[in-house]
Amino acid sequence: MTRDEIFAKVIEIVKPFVKNQDALTAVSEDTNILEDLKVNSARLVDIILNFEDEFDIEVEDEDADAVNTVGDAVALIQEKLS
Amino acid sequence: MTETSGARENERRRVVVTGMGVVAPNGCGLERYTEALRGGVSGIRHFPLLEELKFGCTVGGIPEGVDEISERYFPPDELLAMNSSHRFGCIAAIDAWTDAGLERPDPADDRVYWEAGAIIGTGIGGLDTAGEKLIPFVNAGRTRRLGSTMVEQVMGSGASARVAGLLSLGNQVTSNSSACSTGTEAIIEGCQRIRAGLAERMLCGGTEGSSHYTWAGFDAMRVLCRAFNDEPEKASRPMSASAGGFVPGSGAGILHIESLESAQARGARIYAEVVGGAINCGGHRSGGSMTAPNAEGVQRCIRDAVADAAIDPDEIDAISGHLTATGADPKEIGSWAKGLERSPETFPVITSTKSMIGHALGAAGALESVACVLMLRDGYVHPSLNCEDVHPEIESYAGSIPHVTREMPELNTMIKAGFGFGDVNTCAIFRRWSD
Repeated sequence: MTRDEIFAKVIEIVKPFVKNQDALTAVSEDTNILEDLKVNSARLVDIILNFEDEFDIEVEDEDADAVNTVGDAVALIQEKLS
Repeated sequence: MTETSGARENERRRVVVTGMGVVAPNGCGLERYTEALRGGVSGIRHFPLLEELKFGCTVGGIPEGVDEISERYFPPDELLAMNSSHRFGCIAAIDAWTDAGLERPDPADDRVYWEAGAIIGTGIGGLDTAGEKLIPFVNAGRTRRLGSTMVEQVMGSGASARVAGLLSLGNQVTSNSSACSTGTEAIIEGCQRIRAGLAERMLCGGTEGSSHYTWAGFDAMRVLCRAFNDEPEKASRPMSASAGGFVPGSGAGILHIESLESAQARGARIYAEVVGGAINCGGHRSGGSMTAPNAEGVQRCIRDAVADAAIDPDEIDAISGHLTATGADPKEIGSWAKGLERSPETFPVITSTKSMIGHALGAAGALESVACVLMLRDGYVHPSLNCEDVHPEIESYAGSIPHVTREMPELNTMIKAGFGFGDVNTCAIFRRWSD
């Protein structure tokens, strides 16, 4: 799976949790999930679970805690898949 | 009691109903609910799942079209954390708020309505969440996979908490629980808070999710109707000789109640006044128990509500009974007669909304209070279905029971009761508003 494909899927997964839908139009790997997209921090747990299901991976709590930006998520998933 | 209430009356703040929302098995929204009530339309249906699971009672009341409304009303991330009880309660609360002429706040606007709160109760709560996800996942060692939304969906205050966020409420936000007295109790609790000057506006009522896990315990107690599984619309039979238990229901009713000053200052449309109410418990004595009422407690509650309203019991034009379709119905009629000092000849009109929607447990009193206010507004009493064969013990009261809608243009004052497991009672008295 290419990085672009992973990026697209990550956005799809994050999308339902995004409070600031306008920010999605200019979303990039630098976009901060909590601060820019205004995702409720408690919902990061659900987003990580959805990553696990979608990509068939397991994400440890420490790895999950290090996810701040969309790029962090993409990099983590790419690493788990390789 | 009467004297002190009378003395207080002079200085007491008046409380009025300025908005309502309803999610009922026979209609969501005030317009459809009104049509259903007036038309005597039952919302009771047969559910194959209950049959599959070997329930004795395979009929029930579940509101229809809620998924579609939910998608319009709630953002997707919040919807993921809302079980049926939350969806019903939040739809009814938003409808009550907008019906009161208020704008639904923008989530990005930091204004908080410090003068507005919510008491939205539930009898059983989020058992669908517990039964379908929490318990199976935990038992399978998959706690990690539960996600973040379990607590907010099973916590007792989940529905009121969600409403607070949707409507930016800043006053007291809580969920009461007193079994089948819950919905009526919430209205009286909110009324007392406004009277005390602690809030200007309160969203009050109850919500009960639709879950077979909620209904199962009642089925096991053999208190649900089993004889009319093939004729769902005939299954809920309050006051009938052939009543054999209640039909489980679900849904939500919310009243936006408000101090008269606040309503008048806003120029709000006023439906009715909450003129009085009372809440008590029979102490599980004199025949009262966890599951049965102490008749003295019921009668005191009725009398206390009348005293609180500072009216003469003769002023009550109609009763919306608790009347669930169990053996307790004839006893309840007896308590009304004693509490209101009426004979069969002078007994007010009495009806059971449960005959159409089943028994929505913690939401029942609120759904039925919404019905009371609508009937006061429009001047009629809706039919009490399925009791053409009036129970022999209350034969002498038969003339007070409408089998078809009874037009009552002069309908002015209604009393509503909710009685619950735990021997708890609430009575509320509503009066039509005239400027």
